[in-house]
Amino acid sequence: MEVSDVVVSGVGATKFGELWDRGFSDLVREAVGFALNDASLSIKNIDALVVGNMLLSQINNQAHVGAYAAESIGHKESSFTVEGACASGGLAIRQAYLMVKSGELENVLVVGVEKMTDTPIEEITTYLVGASSLREQFVGATFPGLYGLMQRKYIKEHGVDGDDFAYVSQKNHFHASKNKKAHFQREVSINQINESDMVADPIKLLHCSPISDGAAAVVLSGSKKPKKGEVLVAGSSQAGDSLSLSYRKKLTSLEATKKAYKSLVKDVGFLNEDVDLLEVHDCFSIAEVMALEDMGFCKAGKGLSLLKNGFGKLGSSEVVVNSSGGLKACGHPVGATGVKQVVEIVDQLKKRCGERQVKKPFLGITHNVGGTGATVVMHALRRAE
Amino acid sequence: MKKVGVVGYGAYVPRFYINSIDVDKRSGRLGLSKKSLAAWDEDSVTMGVEAALLAMENSGISLEEIKALYFGSESPAYAVKPSSTIVADVLGVEKNYHAVDLQFACKAATAGLQMLSAQMYLNGGGCGLIVGSDKSQAKKDDVLEWSAGAAAGCLVVGRNKVIAELVSTTSVSSDTPDFWRRGGSSEPSHGGRFTGEPAYFSHVVMATKKLLKKVNRKPSDFNHVVFHMPNGRFPLQAAERLGFSEKQLSLGMRVVDVGNPYSASSLLGFISVLEKAKSGDLVLVTSYGSGAGSDSFCFLVTEEIKNYKRGFLEKMIKNRVRVTEKEYRDERRWK
Repeated sequence: MEVSDVVVSGVGATKFGELWDRGFSDLVREAVGFALNDASLSIKNIDALVVGNMLLSQINNQAHVGAYAAESIGHKESSFTVEGACASGGLAIRQAYLMVKSGELENVLVVGVEKMTDTPIEEITTYLVGASSLREQFVGATFPGLYGLMQRKYIKEHGVDGDDFAYVSQKNHFHASKNKKAHFQREVSINQINESDMVADPIKLLHCSPISDGAAAVVLSGSKKPKKGEVLVAGSSQAGDSLSLSYRKKLTSLEATKKAYKSLVKDVGFLNEDVDLLEVHDCFSIAEVMALEDMGFCKAGKGLSLLKNGFGKLGSSEVVVNSSGGLKACGHPVGATGVKQVVEIVDQLKKRCGERQVKKPFLGITHNVGGTGATVVMHALRRAE
Repeated sequence: MKKVGVVGYGAYVPRFYINSIDVDKRSGRLGLSKKSLAAWDEDSVTMGVEAALLAMENSGISLEEIKALYFGSESPAYAVKPSSTIVADVLGVEKNYHAVDLQFACKAATAGLQMLSAQMYLNGGGCGLIVGSDKSQAKKDDVLEWSAGAAAGCLVVGRNKVIAELVSTTSVSSDTPDFWRRGGSSEPSHGGRFTGEPAYFSHVVMATKKLLKKVNRKPSDFNHVVFHMPNGRFPLQAAERLGFSEKQLSLGMRVVDVGNPYSASSLLGFISVLEKAKSGDLVLVTSYGSGAGSDSFCFLVTEEIKNYKRGFLEKMIKNRVRVTEKEYRDERRWK
């Protein structure tokens, strides 16, 4: 089929959080149910299922996750899993986008899903560090430790006040307090964040995204002529860098973000001032700061003062960053995050966000990172005119 | 018909304690201050014996009156061989009695209290003892170690000279594997945060609400409330959710200075209340046992409390000896 555009025909997500009474399959079924309903499609209309998931094969010894998820929803056509650590969801969206854009398939369902909270925290920390290199793991690195190195270097290089990182979590919790599906729906103060326990100096507890369960689903459909009001995937990009932090040119920015964003801007054709919404990968507060700098919303080293002055906050800023609450407050079920970012942008563009609705949004960008920046995948979504 | 209820009580808190902060510097987060330590030559049976002897002495009951002895523990001396009979034998109870050993994590003793009360109610005469006793086990350096204490409580149940009438009791149960110890293993495992909402809170709140409905009472009607105390925070949170005040909880919050002695926890909390309660006081007790279930009780303190020999528990706790961190790390002294 000849396709001019890829339309997001349906989206849906479960609540993110400690979902004790729901297992992996329950989460898949729930998110897919929402998305198919939104798309007014049935599972029979779906040509392929792409699953974004990182941990199931380790936690439960259940590999072949695409087939497992397909079985949960009665999908008997093709399915496969995409894994890129915390970028698994974004990568799944990208694969689906490419499949539909090529004209080969008409409707592709993407599910990003992770069930984490049944596993003891020590084991989850060990599984998660699998997203870094073995060399880093052998010397005892954890993810807070690796991002802690980046934050420490950032503070030294730019001479900033470490306490200012609190503005990231404060903003994201403020947004999540208006999101009924967020893991944490309460605001936190700057003091609370700065007085929280040290996890990996200088990263504190309230700088860190939580361990969450959740799923998000998106249906991408090929279209010859999108209707007004539909949401299009205007562009998709991916870039990479070394898995090991020690091989990077810099610790205080992600080259992969710069490359992926540059490619997206070029393909889609927009300026930063055209962007209304950003869903960026704030696995730790430093990650959001670097993302904004790497995307050129400010110069290197100015991200903290940008955020401190209200940039990105609903009601105070022209571009809203992480209206969902981000990874920090909405939650971070690893494989689901990249898909949830798309769900949030689509809901915003379709004006379905209630209290956290951004006025007149047109263009939204998602930014999903794997590991400490070895993989970055980004999407641009806009309303059809 | 005569009421059934608590006729007497006793308890044993070991002579040694350690400040929780010396076990782990983060223990304050769980509202913990001290935990009791049983020495290497103590176990659930020896502690149970001490508690039962004191119960007999304070209540003034004779050996001939004892018709049953129930023993609840999750650290019994034997996998197979009753502890109840050992305690009865040390007390000097002759063969004409009913012995029962129980296990249901931290609520073994309260399950026993329900069954013993029913038995004594039907019996017409005599009394029975229910002992809850644990030398709590935990994996070294695990969060459970911060609170794992040791103690025993003993209630004498009968129908004569009742000091706290059992007005009503009820239970809830489910198969919720939040905490377990496999046969052959000396240390328990647990589900981390799973021990909170789906386990402790779900059952304690459900059982308490069920009891309140059964007795047609609201939280403010009670003078005292005791919840099972795995740490110093959970009972406070449960109380808040159910509409009880910190003041109602205060007399029974034994966890702060004893830690969590598993099967003895709720009993010790209840005994702490009885040590100071007044005639006419209404007391609610809800236990929790992992795996899981909760037993909830409504007691009415009677005039007889004025005649009961009270005041031993605070002295027992005050006269303990502090163990330093270095001494604590010598496991041979405490295993």
